[in-house]
Amino acid sequence: MEETDAGSRVASQPGPDEAEAGAEQESELRPMEINLGPQHPSTHGVLRVVLELNGESVVSCTPHIGYLHTGMEKTIEHQRYQQAITIVDRMDYLSPMTNELGFVLAVEKLLGIEVPRRAQVIRIINAELSRIASHLVWLGTHAMDMGAMSVFFYCFRERELILDLWEAAAGQRMNPTYMRIGGLDGDVPDGWVEKARAFVEEFPTWVRDYYRLLDQNPLWVERLRGNCFLTVEDAIAHGITGPMLRGSGLALDLRKSAPYAGYEEYDFDVPVGERGDAFDRYMVRMREMEESRKIIAQALDRLEPGPVSVRDDKIVPPPKEEISRSMEALIYHFKLMTEGLKVPAGEVYLGIEGPKGEIGYYIVSDGSARPFRCRVRPPCFYNLQGLPLLVRGQLVADVVTAIGSTDIVLGEVDR
Amino acid sequence: MIDQAGQEAAIAAAVAAWPEGVRREEGIDMPVLIVQAPLIRPVCEELKRRGFDMLTDLTAVDWLPMGKVPRFEVVYHLFSTRGMWRVRLKAPVGEEDPVIDSLVPVWPGANWPEREVWDLFGIRFEGHPNLTRIMMPDDWEGFPLRKDYPLEGTERPAPIVRE
Repeated sequence: MEETDAGSRVASQPGPDEAEAGAEQESELRPMEINLGPQHPSTHGVLRVVLELNGESVVSCTPHIGYLHTGMEKTIEHQRYQQAITIVDRMDYLSPMTNELGFVLAVEKLLGIEVPRRAQVIRIINAELSRIASHLVWLGTHAMDMGAMSVFFYCFRERELILDLWEAAAGQRMNPTYMRIGGLDGDVPDGWVEKARAFVEEFPTWVRDYYRLLDQNPLWVERLRGNCFLTVEDAIAHGITGPMLRGSGLALDLRKSAPYAGYEEYDFDVPVGERGDAFDRYMVRMREMEESRKIIAQALDRLEPGPVSVRDDKIVPPPKEEISRSMEALIYHFKLMTEGLKVPAGEVYLGIEGPKGEIGYYIVSDGSARPFRCRVRPPCFYNLQGLPLLVRGQLVADVVTAIGSTDIVLGEVDR
Repeated sequence: MIDQAGQEAAIAAAVAAWPEGVRREEGIDMPVLIVQAPLIRPVCEELKRRGFDMLTDLTAVDWLPMGKVPRFEVVYHLFSTRGMWRVRLKAPVGEEDPVIDSLVPVWPGANWPEREVWDLFGIRFEGHPNLTRIMMPDDWEGFPLRKDYPLEGTERPAPIVRE
């Protein structure tokens, strides 16, 4: 990693025996190594970054990960397919619905089934709510790292409403496990659609508030504008996807370019940046929230009554009232609960556009009820790998900007 | 949108260049190339030149319970950001000396995923600039994602705490 104009930025204290040597020797001071994290508020969890500093400018940056490694891929190999959904939920815990969506779509591809229309629409609504929730946490914490405390409270106030919606639909706020193989856990309760619609209608005024809090804030603009550049070529070579890649100017969004789950029916734009600095990534995520709002509004209009699960007793347990009447339904229910759902042997890779980038699932099935191998392609893992590119030649304070604008969740990086 | 013809041309070129070492199969989601391990780097370079510019993911599968020989398979997912094509490469790797060429010279982004595969499967990547453990502690013994590694982990002595 090269350093740029290090000489002008050196600000170290001269040692006792160098005190006389004066200013001309300052540039020859040895670089200093410091640890950022793993217990540092701006590392969003347990990320440790070893920085080599020449004065205040970064000579090299080495992220160390693995502090949250819990062997989730190994655990999934020992769970049934339905149980595995609870585990993928906990990887990127800020955006559980997109994690679930990718996993269930991959398994459904192996099974060769397609979910009913109502389930598809509700899935899209929740995936987009998930994107908004994830971007809200990113915005709040990123602004807090930059010293703007109040944005955090506003963002969490709005995220709370999304969590309320999930709680009403799935019974859980954080790890809902709402999407199931073959459909959904259940239909949304009465009044849910109205609540979601109220959220969609109010949302633009809240976004206007965030812009008002930040866009005119000289500290925020100063620290983001012209800092932490990423070129499209570097991003592609490092497997960096999502808002990071789009912030650098490449309009690659899997919802648009390789649609899944019915996204081709919706009308939305893919915001891109121009210069690839931290400010562009901020604008991309902000505008993405508005695009998500547009998708949710369209989806709510398309919601028609109907079933929310496929009617296949070998995949989805039969309805409760049938179990008490039909012997066959009872047997299917019992078999699904004791043996689990058997997935035909084969392998599949399915990548979807998560809030942080492409989240992919590579599932190898041996025909049993448990995945033989389930690899999760974590967007944060690849995006974080590019951190040294962002802080090349920057000041130590910009490392915090770089981590914030990368938008990482260590639960997913380490799995 | 997805440009099928370009994808076919790129894959056909890779198969034609190494008729002995590259075999094509059809997956339910994308074309699959079975590549002999020593050829992985030239095949990837060729595919990259022909449009597969992103290494989406790199991982491995341990086939021990199925009794497959060779035991491991290193799996690559390539992606073209221009044509939106995908292809899956699978390179079989033996049990006695699990080693394959590193792709870091082709895609710098292969660095961490290769370290992860080394860490969790024990497959070495020849030519990797820094092949060290990434998820597990540096002094860990064993490779947790191998199928003969117990789910509940292995017995490990308590760390010595010096006063």
